[in-house]
Amino acid sequence: MNTVIFRAVAPYLTALMVVFSVFILLRGHNEPGGGFIGGLIAASAFAMYGISNGVAAVRRSLYFHPISIAGFGLLLAGLSGALSVFFHVPYLTGLWTKVAIGSVELDLSTPLFFDIGVYCVVVGAISAIALALEERQAD
Amino acid sequence: MAGAAGQEVDLTGVMVSANLTVSDYFIVAPVVIPILFGAILMMLRSKRNWQAPIAIAGFAIALFAEFGLLQQVIAEGPRTMTMGRWLPPFGISFTVDLTGALFAFTGGVVALAGAIYSWRDVTPTGRRYGFYPFFMLMMAGVSGAFLTGDIFNLYVWFEVLLISSFGLIVLGSEKPQLDGTMKYAFLNLVATTMFLVATGYLYGITGTLNMADIRDKVGQLDQAAPLMTIAILYLLAFSMKAAAFPLNFWLPASYHTPKIVVSAIFAGLLTKVGVYALLRVMLMLFAVPRDLLAEPIAWLAALTMLAGAFGALAQNDIRRVLGYVVITGIGTMLAGLSLATQTGVTGTIVYAIHSMLVMTALYMAAGVMSRLNGSFDMRQLGGLYAASPMLAAGFLVLAISVSGLPPTSGFWGKFILVKASLEMGAWWLAAAILIAGFLTTLAVFRIWIFAFWRGGPEGTRDGAEAWSIGEAEPDYVLHSSLAIGFFVAASLFIGFAPELLISTAGEAAHGLLHSQDYVNSVFGGR
Repeated sequence: MNTVIFRAVAPYLTALMVVFSVFILLRGHNEPGGGFIGGLIAASAFAMYGISNGVAAVRRSLYFHPISIAGFGLLLAGLSGALSVFFHVPYLTGLWTKVAIGSVELDLSTPLFFDIGVYCVVVGAISAIALALEERQAD
Repeated sequence: MAGAAGQEVDLTGVMVSANLTVSDYFIVAPVVIPILFGAILMMLRSKRNWQAPIAIAGFAIALFAEFGLLQQVIAEGPRTMTMGRWLPPFGISFTVDLTGALFAFTGGVVALAGAIYSWRDVTPTGRRYGFYPFFMLMMAGVSGAFLTGDIFNLYVWFEVLLISSFGLIVLGSEKPQLDGTMKYAFLNLVATTMFLVATGYLYGITGTLNMADIRDKVGQLDQAAPLMTIAILYLLAFSMKAAAFPLNFWLPASYHTPKIVVSAIFAGLLTKVGVYALLRVMLMLFAVPRDLLAEPIAWLAALTMLAGAFGALAQNDIRRVLGYVVITGIGTMLAGLSLATQTGVTGTIVYAIHSMLVMTALYMAAGVMSRLNGSFDMRQLGGLYAASPMLAAGFLVLAISVSGLPPTSGFWGKFILVKASLEMGAWWLAAAILIAGFLTTLAVFRIWIFAFWRGGPEGTRDGAEAWSIGEAEPDYVLHSSLAIGFFVAASLFIGFAPELLISTAGEAAHGLLHSQDYVNSVFGGR
């Protein structure tokens, strides 16, 4: 698998897949997509980068340990549900607000942050597994 | 709202409109707090020295919430919060009645004590590979199972606690551990799958997953509905989880393999989740099929007790002895389920609370014994009385308690259960409880005599004092004495002043047998 062509293309492909995964994550509220699928796409991007350029390169470029990313996702998802305590509604209630950035109105909501949390959990957990398997293969 | 294109939709009929206060959040706090702390501990995985203190703080906060919840439920009856403001039965409800609150509070106590005990007991490698995050997430699963009011959600919490417990039991990756993990994981997955299949059938005939709703709908079904099949599937699934005879063999085959603190929290919490689920499903949802199953369940209870007691007598590894003692306790709790009278269920709840506290403490004491003596094998133990008279006294109290003798907590649970059996004319069930109690006495006092009374391990001359005892580090001694001492004190306290626990358990049993308040809490008011 470790051909020159693959090694040369892999970084661009990885970047493209990560961008696409974010797109899938964000369109997930009303259309097919969401944190879980987006996370899987991003995790497969990192796995591919690991196959082409080695696990060390992936770990360096991720900066945080994959398990820490998963932990952050879980924290974000849990906290986005807990925000409803300040609005006197039950746990995990979807709360919405509009933010105007210039002329664009942006809908921000707790389900969005919950989904980002799911995304991080999936990215972290699946890349941790994939990287561990690839490391074992290299032995 | 995003898709509504600016239109205002009237949501009063489909959404909860009540204004909640912070105190309502006690209903979900026992689950949310461990999840958040588990996530923080995962992020701080490289800070190995911070893990234990943060975990202890997390469990302490969760315990505070559980205590608050228990107080609220005692004062106001069952309480409900339905997630995301959707009205039940469509939203997922957390419904806490007295049984759930009592189990959750006791579980919180066990978890906090386990975290304190583990402070010095868990190696840096164990911390690096996530002992505390797993522990936290397992507690989230356990509390969720106790508090949820939705049967599919109950399944989800079972999965959460199961996956985390796989992580805990395999931590260390030694060969016997992998062997134990395989047995534990496989049988528990089979049980969970059966639980899921039964839930699918139940949804098929009732069209709802909310337990309060199911309870009402089950009564209105026609005679042809396969309720009995579903009830037996649930009975099988939860009995397997609770390690009832004849599906008990996975427990002694796996509980002696992990770190002792893991065995301790498993023995204190996991089988009791099975018992709780049995109580909830069998008494509240399937009252009619359960009446028909009363006799088989009684046999199940008696055989579980005796299988555990005889198994305990046959073992030499103290952890294996304790594994079988856990099974005897499960049999004792099932006795109350088979009777399903007010007294019987009260006895089951009292005994379950006692068992959570005392079994955890016994495993912890076994851990200290092996630290001092270097072995879990009864033949290698000896001379521990000289090493630690306090531990000897503590173990003695726990041994008396687990055998069901006064003046300790174990006595009252068994006393009520024997009384309930005799009230129902099930003299043989009462006899089984007493015989199993007697055999358990022999089994645990065997440990005490060999480990504490004897001067040294097998082969040492009588009266010899030459046997040297290992020294444990002072921090470990402090933490283990705190944890075990607390449990010993709790057992004695319940033994001498059982009124509060018995009357609370009686109310909890009433709530299970006459669950109208539970249903009202979901569908009436908020």
